[in-house]
Amino acid sequence: MLLSEVVTSGPDFFYLAPWLVFFPVIGLLINIIFGGRFSEKVIGTVASTASGLTFVVAVLLALSLRAHHEGVTILLAEWIAIGELQLDWAFRVDTLSVTMMMVVGGVGTLIHIYAIGYMHEDVRFKNDPGRFRRFFVFLNLFIAAMMILVSGDNYLMLFVGWEGVGLCSFLLIGFWYEMDTLARASTDNAMAAKKAFITNRVGDFGFLIAGMIMFWAFKSVQFDTVFEAAHHIAELQPGIIIAITLFMLLGVAGKSAQIPLFVWLPDAMAGPTPVSALIHAATMVTAGVYLVARSAPLYMLVPQAQGIVAIVGGATALFAATIAVGQYDIKKVLAYSTISQLGFMVAAVGMGAFVAGMFHLVTHAFFKALLFLSAGSVILGVERGHHHGHHDHDDHGHGDHHDDEKSEVFDPGDMRNMGGMRKSMPVTFWLYIIGSLALAGIFPFAGFWSKDEILAEATALNFTVYILLAIAAFFTAFYMGRQIWMVFYGKPKHEAAEHAEESPPIITVPLMVLAALSILGGALNLPGVGTFTHWLEMTYEKFDLHLHHGEFNLTVAITSTVLALLAIGISWLIYGRKSVTFDQADPLKRILGPIFVGMENKWWIDELYWAVILNPYIAIAKFTADVIDWRFWHDWFHDKVIAGTFNWFSKTFLDSWIDQRGIDGFANGLAAGTKELAQRLSGIQTGFVRNYALSVFVGVVVILGYLILQ
Amino acid sequence: MNPVLNPLTLVTFFPLLGVLALFFIQSDRKNTLRWTALITSLITFGISMWLLAEFNAKDPELQMVINLPWIQVAGWNISFYMGVDGLSILLVLLTTFLTPISILSTWTAIEERVKDFMLFFLLLEVGMLGVFLAQDLFLFYVFWEFTLVPMYFLIGIWGGPNRMYAAVKFFLYTMAGSLLMLLAILWLGIYQDTFAVPELIAKGGIPANIQIWLFLAFAAAFAIKVPMWPLHSWLPDAHVEAPTAGSVILAGVLLKMGTYGFVRFNIPLFPAAAVKLAPWMALLAVIGIIYGAAVSYAQKDIKKLVAYSSVSHLGFVMLGLFALNPQGIQGGILQMINHGLSTGALFLLVGMIYEQTHTRDFDVYGGLWKLTPVFGTLSLIVVLSSMGLPGLNGFVGEFTILLGAFGSDAIGSPWYAGLAAIGVILAAVYMLYMFQKMFLGPEGSVVEEVKKHGHGIKDLNLREIVTLVPILILIFWIGLYPKPFFALMAPTVDKLVAAVQAAAVAMH
Repeated sequence: MLLSEVVTSGPDFFYLAPWLVFFPVIGLLINIIFGGRFSEKVIGTVASTASGLTFVVAVLLALSLRAHHEGVTILLAEWIAIGELQLDWAFRVDTLSVTMMMVVGGVGTLIHIYAIGYMHEDVRFKNDPGRFRRFFVFLNLFIAAMMILVSGDNYLMLFVGWEGVGLCSFLLIGFWYEMDTLARASTDNAMAAKKAFITNRVGDFGFLIAGMIMFWAFKSVQFDTVFEAAHHIAELQPGIIIAITLFMLLGVAGKSAQIPLFVWLPDAMAGPTPVSALIHAATMVTAGVYLVARSAPLYMLVPQAQGIVAIVGGATALFAATIAVGQYDIKKVLAYSTISQLGFMVAAVGMGAFVAGMFHLVTHAFFKALLFLSAGSVILGVERGHHHGHHDHDDHGHGDHHDDEKSEVFDPGDMRNMGGMRKSMPVTFWLYIIGSLALAGIFPFAGFWSKDEILAEATALNFTVYILLAIAAFFTAFYMGRQIWMVFYGKPKHEAAEHAEESPPIITVPLMVLAALSILGGALNLPGVGTFTHWLEMTYEKFDLHLHHGEFNLTVAITSTVLALLAIGISWLIYGRKSVTFDQADPLKRILGPIFVGMENKWWIDELYWAVILNPYIAIAKFTADVIDWRFWHDWFHDKVIAGTFNWFSKTFLDSWIDQRGIDGFANGLAAGTKELAQRLSGIQTGFVRNYALSVFVGVVVILGYLILQ
Repeated sequence: MNPVLNPLTLVTFFPLLGVLALFFIQSDRKNTLRWTALITSLITFGISMWLLAEFNAKDPELQMVINLPWIQVAGWNISFYMGVDGLSILLVLLTTFLTPISILSTWTAIEERVKDFMLFFLLLEVGMLGVFLAQDLFLFYVFWEFTLVPMYFLIGIWGGPNRMYAAVKFFLYTMAGSLLMLLAILWLGIYQDTFAVPELIAKGGIPANIQIWLFLAFAAAFAIKVPMWPLHSWLPDAHVEAPTAGSVILAGVLLKMGTYGFVRFNIPLFPAAAVKLAPWMALLAVIGIIYGAAVSYAQKDIKKLVAYSSVSHLGFVMLGLFALNPQGIQGGILQMINHGLSTGALFLLVGMIYEQTHTRDFDVYGGLWKLTPVFGTLSLIVVLSSMGLPGLNGFVGEFTILLGAFGSDAIGSPWYAGLAAIGVILAAVYMLYMFQKMFLGPEGSVVEEVKKHGHGIKDLNLREIVTLVPILILIFWIGLYPKPFFALMAPTVDKLVAAVQAAAVAMH
């Protein structure tokens, strides 16, 4: 019915923009209301269809943009209007937002489909239909919030999506809230969820402050109004623009896991793997990059702020890459890799290379989603192997006994349990190789083109950042090599890896689509053709931004390729020939010593935050609550000093001339005389309350009357 | 206008009919008593809808005014003067909205002396409505003091183990502040020759230094009621001991009488003082926001956490009101409603689980979401509303308040709002702490404990869901489309802001 409308209405589909949000909301409502009677397949199909329809809308919007380069704004409703503050629910459709919509809708839908298979297989699932439904409701909610984020026409609507996706992230990280990542009863997952939300709130604080400064400087937070006036304001008070952009950077650091707020993302891997892929790799965490790209007209005015953004991105890229080298959990490696890659993107948009940053955002969404989902497939395979092993040893094992065995710690995500899996899971193996080559930036995979574009721009725009990123790229290839050798080569180090089984098509087929995109994604913006560059310029030319156009730089390309191959070679020398087991230390530890211990322990950043921020806050809160508020203010000052004085006063003076049952009783009650009063009240409680109420009321009236007539 | 058919008097005094009816019902017919009270409060809500229909949102002046001479002794002009405008209409609606919800929440919680309970509850509603509608200072004072009595008994009879202490403290604390206000009222009545608020405003002409004293005298009563830091010491006691319905009304409406007092009396009657003292009020508000949030986080008792969160939330309201610009004041008034809804709902939720577990100690809870998915989901929405998630009501209020305070000329510095914004982070800290402790993680020991005594913890029943759903609808409505709510107050607030600005200009 909708489609027919679309077809008859000609090439202008912009009015469909609100459906980006409506479709997933309808999907989740259907599953909430009727899902109780649905089978798993139906629940998954409803959610996937809802998500798929957003992709269709995104494509239609993209087609419409071909005729309307400058983009349009679709007004849905007025939101908040007080004085000069005018905020609308309005959708911004231009090439920048549509790019994000297509990534969110496209990758999102593939992950929805994958999740139908994955969630069923998850050992923690135990056929609880309520849980299955809840998962897809949250997933649809995420799509809706993410679409609000990328399509908002003002900073505050963007912020609604911004915190909305944060909520979904919280709900999905803590999806298995009653256990830890190894399915033992624990609060670990719940704590990880909370950590993510609160860390993001710190970033959101920056966003809010930026918004308030912006409003009072521009009297608006609507994109066009702000961008058009920005030049003028920058001439009068450049400090304002610097403050706005730097406070915004705090928000970016929260959502896109940059220094100093990246600490939540590794813990976020507690969520089911599809969530790690969708939210914590492909889409939500790139929101910060989108925010900077969207705010290009502001950032371009303040080179100082741009420099800081670029350095933050470059430093994060390198720092996180070093940590990734020292991890043993297959998903943790990818998590730190994601932080590092986000650093690449933030560095790019920080330098002013908006196209390169967005290009890397898109290709990264393909290959990192592919890697995460393949890692999920590996974990499922290991779990199947583990299960299988159990049946071999324990043919009589039923029920309770089985659970006991499971509670002995076996971590299906620990790479030290794996090895040799290229034989047991050949499809997953090849998918993983494609993802890894794309991530490592090997020609001609997608990552090669986008990463190279960033590096080439960096040589021209900010050489410090280039050095940081080049080293980070070296580490990237190294830790991916390490992972491949540990997981897929050598001998199986645990029977579970030996018996691992390949995943079914519902899991592998979406991966094949992503693999194809990871191979071909570079075609989006080939040097000399620049399809993606022209596409995004449609948005930027409106603000007369003179963007730097990076040329393809052969020296840079060859340097980074050589570096990547070198890193893979070294990783083979170290990990390719011997397997790493629990019994012996990582071979790299023998070479690097304390440096590797630092990488292994994430440079103790979490511990630092506990010592410097969290523990002091908890101590201050406890001290304020227990000592200041309760013992000093409540017990001593009020009960002893005020009530005590009052009590003494009333006993000495008032007793003689004020009604005993009235004020005297109250005064006693405040002091130690509660008992006496309670006794008196127990007398009242036999039914005189109404009389008592009346007498108090009359008393009040009489006193007032006296005062009036006096 | 005919004083009997006036929606204002009708809505205020209609609950008295219910009180009368209750007198004729036998005490042991508990359900009849409950239904009588519920229906009375629902009709009262219906009358308030009529009031809303009659209300002209474009008119900044008092409407449906009723003004009769009342006490004319010794040259005093005390009148029975009622009227409604943009400052009070939402609070009237909040009162008539929360009263039936509270009554519904007592259905199984109050088994002792139902008749007395319902009687006091309806009397309380009369008092609260009177407070929001009175336009004569003396009449206002009578209603203001009158609300103390039923609340005193609600806490003192149906409260927890330490109820007498809490009830007495509540009564005395509030009364102490009110006495100063009474002095100021008498001063105004004698020297300005009228108690009628609109006439007092029109007359004006009080010298700035005297304005400050009068402002402080009124503020003494209102700041205790809000409560503003550091006058909050009575609040945790009252909340912890009060029965659920008492807590809902206390947090939902009674505290708003304090913030309402500031915007209805302090600001328009003493504009010069308000402008002068705005930075100080903002400072206390900001301290309250941070202090309340930190102290909330350190609580072991669920109700105490919610009680202290009110100190933090009402700090936001005060900050908004004393921004003295349209964004701040409209945000502040909306946030009064928001706090009434979300904190009211939080107390309802705590009460619902307390009925089953009889404990409010965080440490014994955990993993409830799995056992009670409906309860868990509704609690999550309320928690999110309370911590100001965009898309829900709390955000709209908090954002407009912060925005107003950030650029406020009266407060004079963006630092206040900047510090207050830290409260938004801290709110997430204590609210998510609460949610995690109760609903996430493995099952807490209380689950086994309840199982020993029967069927184990049950999810919400239909009555409880019906109690919460109206609040949830408003939580979403205000979050997504607050326009109609702002529209009701905008003209009156604009008028108030203009008057304050004129006073500020006159000062310089």
